Amino acid sequence: MNSISPKTSRRGFLKASAATGGGLLLTINFTGIANAATGPAQINAYVRVMPDGIVSIMAKNPEVGQGVKTSLPMIIAEELDVDWSQVRVEQASLDTEKYGLQIAGGSTSIPRNWDLLRTAGATGRQMLVTAAAKTWNVPEVECTTASGKVLHQKSGRSLGYGDLAAKAATLPVPDPKTVALKDPKDFKLIGKFTRDVDGPAIVTGRPLFGIDVTRPGMLHAVYEKCPVFGGKAVKANLDEVKAQPGVTHAFIVEGVAPADKSTVTTQLYPGVAIVADTWWHAQRARQKLRVEWDEGEVATQSSTGFAARAQELFKAKPEKEVRKDGDVDAAFKSAAKTIEASYSYPFIAHASMEPMNCTAHYHDGTCDLWVPSQTPAQARSIVAKSLGIPEANVAVNLTRGGGGFGRRLNPDFAAEAAWISKVTGTPVKVLWTREDDMRHDYYRPGGFHHLKAGLDKDGKLIALSDHMVTYGQGDKYAASANLAANIFPAEFVPNLLFGATIMQLGVPTGALRAPGSNALAFTFQSFLDEVAHASGKDPLQFHLDLLSEKRVPPAPPAPPLTGAAAAFATPPFSHERMRETLKLVAEKAGWGKRTLAKGTGLGIAYYFSHAGYVAHVAEVTVKGDDIKVDKVWVAADVGSQIVNPSGALNQVQGATLDGVSQIYGAEITVAHGRIEQGNFDDYPLLRINQAPPVEVHFLQSANSPTGLGEPALPPTLPAIANAIFAASGRRVRDLPLRKASMASA
Amino acid sequence: MPHTLTVNGQARTIDVEDDTPLLWVLRDVLDLKGTKFGCGIALCGACTVHLDGQPVRSCSTPVSGVAGRKITTIEAIGETQVGKKVQDAWLAVDVAQCGYCQAGQIMSATALLSAIPKPTDADIDAHMSGNLCRCATYTRIRTAIKQAAGLETAKTEG
Ligand code: FES
Ligand code: FES
Repeated sequence: MNSISPKTSRRGFLKASAATGGGLLLTINFTGIANAATGPAQINAYVRVMPDGIVSIMAKNPEVGQGVKTSLPMIIAEELDVDWSQVRVEQASLDTEKYGLQIAGGSTSIPRNWDLLRTAGATGRQMLVTAAAKTWNVPEVECTTASGKVLHQKSGRSLGYGDLAAKAATLPVPDPKTVALKDPKDFKLIGKFTRDVDGPAIVTGRPLFGIDVTRPGMLHAVYEKCPVFGGKAVKANLDEVKAQPGVTHAFIVEGVAPADKSTVTTQLYPGVAIVADTWWHAQRARQKLRVEWDEGEVATQSSTGFAARAQELFKAKPEKEVRKDGDVDAAFKSAAKTIEASYSYPFIAHASMEPMNCTAHYHDGTCDLWVPSQTPAQARSIVAKSLGIPEANVAVNLTRGGGGFGRRLNPDFAAEAAWISKVTGTPVKVLWTREDDMRHDYYRPGGFHHLKAGLDKDGKLIALSDHMVTYGQGDKYAASANLAANIFPAEFVPNLLFGATIMQLGVPTGALRAPGSNALAFTFQSFLDEVAHASGKDPLQFHLDLLSEKRVPPAPPAPPLTGAAAAFATPPFSHERMRETLKLVAEKAGWGKRTLAKGTGLGIAYYFSHAGYVAHVAEVTVKGDDIKVDKVWVAADVGSQIVNPSGALNQVQGATLDGVSQIYGAEITVAHGRIEQGNFDDYPLLRINQAPPVEVHFLQSANSPTGLGEPALPPTLPAIANAIFAASGRRVRDLPLRKASMASA
Repeated sequence: MPHTLTVNGQARTIDVEDDTPLLWVLRDVLDLKGTKFGCGIALCGACTVHLDGQPVRSCSTPVSGVAGRKITTIEAIGETQVGKKVQDAWLAVDVAQCGYCQAGQIMSATALLSAIPKPTDADIDAHMSGNLCRCATYTRIRTAIKQAAGLETAKTEG
């Protein structure tokens, strides 16, 4: 349904590539000539206009609930100057030639595509204007557009885009640099509450998600992997399994390890495939499956072992020095007061509501995929590598994903489906159970920190050190397990030492919503609250003072990043923007202005991540071991423009409640190299009765718009932890609360 | 063995093992993909359907137990007055993020409003806490239920 017959279209591609220094270059890749008089006319890679004026806009990036299937096409529609009611949105398949990077990750969809998609829309509009001017034989400057029409005021004439599209599609694509963009004050659609384009399909249960895909002749598969990471199947009772109702195939898969063995990364894991006519038959037969595993080395690893080892490692100096400013030892000696504390947080799982799945059809040396993935290009690459076929032979169709949170950046499930399809010779849908999903994740890594701070006699923070005991392979950090040198309050404390020590880990880790920040914000913002209280100042005042000036000259500028790294580079931290955000949330929450009942307290925290500035105030009531989050206030500065206030608000509320869920109960533990949790009974997620109201305020600053999927999560946990301290005097230093039997019903 | 079910008003005869969960009959045999799989053990509510008007978790309901009873799924809930109101409110409020849990949420909300047309917050907590939303759209779920119940005038933000 996404394909256009080449006979009836002329394709002008707008191609994006990252220029040196991170800017965006637009180039035109213009091919083909077409007669589009009778059919839809392709104006460029994103826009197709039907003769009746209906405009079809491609949504380039994967949709996993972050709202880009709606918000990205809105940007195009705005500049194209069409009414949203005329627009039909289509999900693009993977085509990086046409669309550039197609990824749902790093809160990058808006910042990376803002200029590109505005230009794509404006270019289309320009071509329609040119077509009208030629038709009427009038100068282009006399033509204006509105609601999908070109108007010539002087003569009172107008033509709908549908009437002009065929002609427009035959025109050369104008140089994007010469195309005028709207003045943001004239935006009609951007900034307006716009509902999810898939809403009607969602509320009526129409097929949308990966799990809903069916193909003619498709079989269903389950895939049992070794419970210990890195383990292999030696033998299994395959004959007994094959004798179960509906089962068509049962076989051992050796797996395909990545070429680089020095890290734990996405791959086709070894396992046993069971294929049947229905998924239930495959899953039912699995209950009879007995496998002898070679568990491998990871079987010796456990969470309790890691915790004990971390305490040992704290006694020694950090292995790696991450950052050193001034002289912390001397500063601690001269300090009027020092504060020391240890913090820890567990591994956590992504637990997307839709378990991992993929449908694949291998035939004649090619493989078609239907996959809910955040990185379709990764799915293509892992499938090509696993099957030993060229990437060009893998076609990736994107489905909506039932939540991602970073899990779908690692499309191991695509390799499983492709491999099994190759064996069966039929289309195959692999669907994981909840337990598969929980036990074969790329977890947010846990971590341990020992922190120390020094205050001078005026209560000013003069020294801070952190020793992080973390995970990795060899001397490399595990994915998302590093301590970056620019973590706040680096640069705001004259004497600072960050160090890290790595424990060897065989459990896969990966990005989870606001990777790094989601754990480090808890650690640093909680500890700074301890320091604030020790300084005798109100925490808000302490932070405003801390954020008043950079006290360490910035490091010399790093060489400019290129390629994918440039796409994810974070702009420098602005303490002015952070201060304003913090002030706004404090004002909205009535910080320092309200009298609270005994047992109720307010906590404040803030963080800069994924280019967004977010601050939270939480109000919490503590009764014995029962902790209830009463309300959360959020202020966010993500630049000058909220593209879709509906999606933006939903993201901020969702990310905040995700944080509430994490602090209450989320914990994955490892024992004998396997994950102990399996379902929502031992890995509880937040439920509606536990969800506090979340009040959101956007501070629209004069900066380019940035993403919102992630930055509202990190400050939530420390804001709640700091509120618990304010309410009860109990300092939360180890997550989750459930572990310390501190959690609300 | 053969079982005759009434699904969305139509009699359907299917041939599956007695222990087959209703969820997999709906999804893979009858090709009704709206009802979702989330946990398989009655912990998440993604698979909620109505059995004679009562919400049940279809993942944990064997097909043998539902012969001759009226099954309604998300695909047909809009044909009931309450179900239609709930769907409309869900759209107006723009509840969904990923949307995966929402079929189950709508089925539970419809059952709630059929039993208690003007629910309190406590009623909402009691009837909706079996439905997980990993994207945590709970604020809007609450708003949409109140809107469908006529307790809140149509509003789109919050
Ligand atoms: S799938 Fe049935 S309750 Fe979760
Ligand atoms: S909307 Fe994603 S799980 Fe509810």
